[in-house]
Amino acid sequence: MLNNLPILSFLTFLPLFGAFVILLTCSDDAQGAKNSKMVALWTSLITFILSLVVLFNFDKNLNSFQFVEKVQWVPFSNISYHMGVDGISLPFVVLSTFLIPICLLSSINSITKEVPIFMSLFLILEVLMVGTFCAMDILVFYIFFEAVLIPMFLIIGIWGGSRRVYSAFKFFLYTLLGSVLMLVAIFYLYAKTGTTEIAYITNYNFPFSVQFWLFLAFFASFSVKLPMWPVHTWLPDAHVEAPTAGSVILAGVLLKMGGYGFLRFSIPMFPDASIFFAPYIFGLSIIAIIYTSLVALVQSDMKKMIAYSSVAHMGFVTIGAFSFTQEGLSGAVYQMVSHGLISGALFLCVGIIYDRLHTREISAYGGVTDVMPRFAVFFMFMMLASVGLPGTSGFVAELLVLVGIWKSNPIVAIFTATGLILGAIYMLWLYRRVMFGKAIKEEILKLEKLSFREISLFVPITFMVLLLGIYAMPLLDISNNSITNIFEITEFHKNQNLESQIAKVKGF
Amino acid sequence: MLRLKGFDFMNLFGISGELFLALAGMIALLTSVFINKDNSLKITTKICNVAFIITLVLIFISHSIPGSLFNEMYVHDALSRYTKSLILIGTILTLIISSKPQKIDGFNRPEYPVLILFSVIGMLLMASSTNLISLYMALELQSLPLYVIAAINRDNLKSSEAGLKYFILGALSSGLLLFGMSLVYGAVGDTSFSSISLISSQGMTSLLLIGLVFMLSGLAFKISLVPFHMWTPDVYEGAPTPVTAFFAIVPKIAAMTVMVRFTFSAFDTALSSWQQVVIILAILSMILGSFAAIMQTNLKRLMAYSSIAHMGYALVGVASGVKEGISGLLVYMFIYIIMNIGTFIIILSMRRDNQSVEEINDLKGISKTHPFIAFSFIILMFSMAGIPPLAGFFGKWLVFYAAVNSGLLFVAVIGVLTSVVGAFYYLRIIKIMYFDENEVKLDVIDNKSSMFILGSMIILILLFGLFLNWFIEITMGISLLI
Repeated sequence: MLNNLPILSFLTFLPLFGAFVILLTCSDDAQGAKNSKMVALWTSLITFILSLVVLFNFDKNLNSFQFVEKVQWVPFSNISYHMGVDGISLPFVVLSTFLIPICLLSSINSITKEVPIFMSLFLILEVLMVGTFCAMDILVFYIFFEAVLIPMFLIIGIWGGSRRVYSAFKFFLYTLLGSVLMLVAIFYLYAKTGTTEIAYITNYNFPFSVQFWLFLAFFASFSVKLPMWPVHTWLPDAHVEAPTAGSVILAGVLLKMGGYGFLRFSIPMFPDASIFFAPYIFGLSIIAIIYTSLVALVQSDMKKMIAYSSVAHMGFVTIGAFSFTQEGLSGAVYQMVSHGLISGALFLCVGIIYDRLHTREISAYGGVTDVMPRFAVFFMFMMLASVGLPGTSGFVAELLVLVGIWKSNPIVAIFTATGLILGAIYMLWLYRRVMFGKAIKEEILKLEKLSFREISLFVPITFMVLLLGIYAMPLLDISNNSITNIFEITEFHKNQNLESQIAKVKGF
Repeated sequence: MLRLKGFDFMNLFGISGELFLALAGMIALLTSVFINKDNSLKITTKICNVAFIITLVLIFISHSIPGSLFNEMYVHDALSRYTKSLILIGTILTLIISSKPQKIDGFNRPEYPVLILFSVIGMLLMASSTNLISLYMALELQSLPLYVIAAINRDNLKSSEAGLKYFILGALSSGLLLFGMSLVYGAVGDTSFSSISLISSQGMTSLLLIGLVFMLSGLAFKISLVPFHMWTPDVYEGAPTPVTAFFAIVPKIAAMTVMVRFTFSAFDTALSSWQQVVIILAILSMILGSFAAIMQTNLKRLMAYSSIAHMGYALVGVASGVKEGISGLLVYMFIYIIMNIGTFIIILSMRRDNQSVEEINDLKGISKTHPFIAFSFIILMFSMAGIPPLAGFFGKWLVFYAAVNSGLLFVAVIGVLTSVVGAFYYLRIIKIMYFDENEVKLDVIDNKSSMFILGSMIILILLFGLFLNWFIEITMGISLLI
């Protein structure tokens, strides 16, 4: 029954409806602000419940896209509005709908100007994120993927900090530059295959010389989005200047679009090029892990530090994905979901003390534990999860990635593992400087305790991080079939390459 | 009595739209003499608008019979019908949106709409001409009234300068065009496009080639493509804003139609000869239009460079040399019109202390005082930058897809990269409206009809994706018939 309903479209466009209601009815005064918050929260909660319906009705034994909807959009050019979820996209859909209500709840007090526009932009952002992950047509994907820039640009630019204009422009132009190259590649794919169906293009075999350029074009887009070293520089700026909710969603979901892109497009569509480029990507990822960890170590701004740690954690994703092992690929998905939760929560932590003290300088803090004990617990838990403490989702993810990469390239695995140590160093040091010590500063002593609303932000995330840390099967089961598909494609092409090399050696 | 081959009165019926428009222009001129001077602009504008609407109907009726008229001087086909509709609709909208600002500025010259009307007759004829003679005649009829209206605010130094500059450079371009035509005529021995096509298919002689290049240069002047763009920023800035709006929107459609007809109908078999020239024109326009606009502080100058860049993108459709490219170009022109109408409504309505202002910085704080206009401007700017899911993206999609499809990958890559540069200055406008602190108060003319048009344009831009298939079908139908 459920399969006949256009539930994915409903899930995708419901927030748009909420955004319309807000824009049309809520005025820019106190009452309008209050109403818009309620509308936005309820819409996002209903969307979350809908996504749970999708999650629980998802048949993890089926090795195909589910809840598929297909409507002819441009029949003349054979382009259709095609939606569906599989094991790779479903976790991200749920992650998006899970984080949006938390973001909205977190910004209820911290956003004071143009509240209705803020709320509607967030709902529009939700539409675009869910749409990106559900699209099964490459042009529809691109439209959602790039349209994300509009609300995010405005969120950073209007509600951001002092250098918001610079950061918003940098974010927009960096990502746009990457995506337009992908757009040309998409046109090329369309011109060659005559279709924009992702499933069809995946099965199309391009010669290596073509794959080489197509891979680079897609890489330009996804590596900026993920972001990989050396094109990560927009991320710290954007994170520092964005309002808390913006940082949470940026780290939580938007970065994952890059990783999702690698798993959905780059690897299955251009397997030969992926195998060819894997060593280079390992190199970049190792630099990302070690170099950005070291950079994170010397940051004096908390948000910037967590932003750099995001770059390092995303390095694990690329290493896992390009290890072409089942563990590594699952680990990449797991790391993305886990990092989405953990870094989102870490940005919330920073946002909460920032709301009180209006500074993100680490040196301005110290001894917060004495004043805000509950906050200290949540912060410590998230910090340890970020380090990869066993029992949290971060541990499972990093273990899977390390096992995967060890199988394919032990040397890379050794370098990758150093990231864990460095991560522990900077996170623990951050925690020590901010939370421990004696609270001597007057401002610190005056800090308010966590309110009920703030606790309710952390509880669901903490629960999810623990659940995924202790019992990993639900997520692994969901993504298993899709991961196996990618794995088999790469395995097939690896063997083919091997055979052709053997054939060359034998002199055929 | 001289008997023309195949002449009959059906030919006159065929150009009934243009004939009617000419008649209406004369009536409007006469009326303006006899009525009270204070009302004359209003009355002539009304007469012209009604005439444009009737012409639109007449064109659809008379174009029901496809084919050539007047010994292949003039043609009725799907392309001419489409572009004529765009020209007329664009003209009607620009006249409507500029009526109230003109009234407030005390601008009262009844000749203004009549001159526009005569220019439009020229454009309609341009869209249909398939002969060098009729083409040149139509082009001159189009240009001469435009020189006058660029300088219509004759007491203003800048406006006079704009008119003079436009006239001199326009005359130069007409000279280039005419020179090219004479060379082509010398090589072919006939002036009809079909003869040119026939001769050029037997091989391009150097005479024909030089003529072709001269003609392309003359046309590039009219579309303001780099390196023939120098007049554009000055004329856009100097001319009164309603005139700028007209310049930015309507003449480009007519000139693009000629470009399409010229390349795909007269020199259809000589693709390799003109393709490189068109590619270079397109690439230069895209690059200069994007980079030069970065430093502009005047909105009208910015729009001038933006239109240069947009014409470069649209020309990529021609450069691709395939039917999909023509389809893309035609859709692009439609999108270009709706985006520019919207933008010029906003520029026209910007006021401070009862004076019209046109600096980008004057927009500061408009998001607080006039949220609807600021919101519309955001949509327009993102659309011009080509961000999905807005209309501008679909235009770029179609032309760049055509380029990729015909193997011109590098043109598409340069195009998308310049569109990133272009995004910078469109974003700058959004930044000034929304990110900067409110400093100056900007008044906006309260004009219901303009705001209604603006609202419709915004809805069209937002929902363009839904009509995409319809547009592709229509324009592919047109391009297959060329």
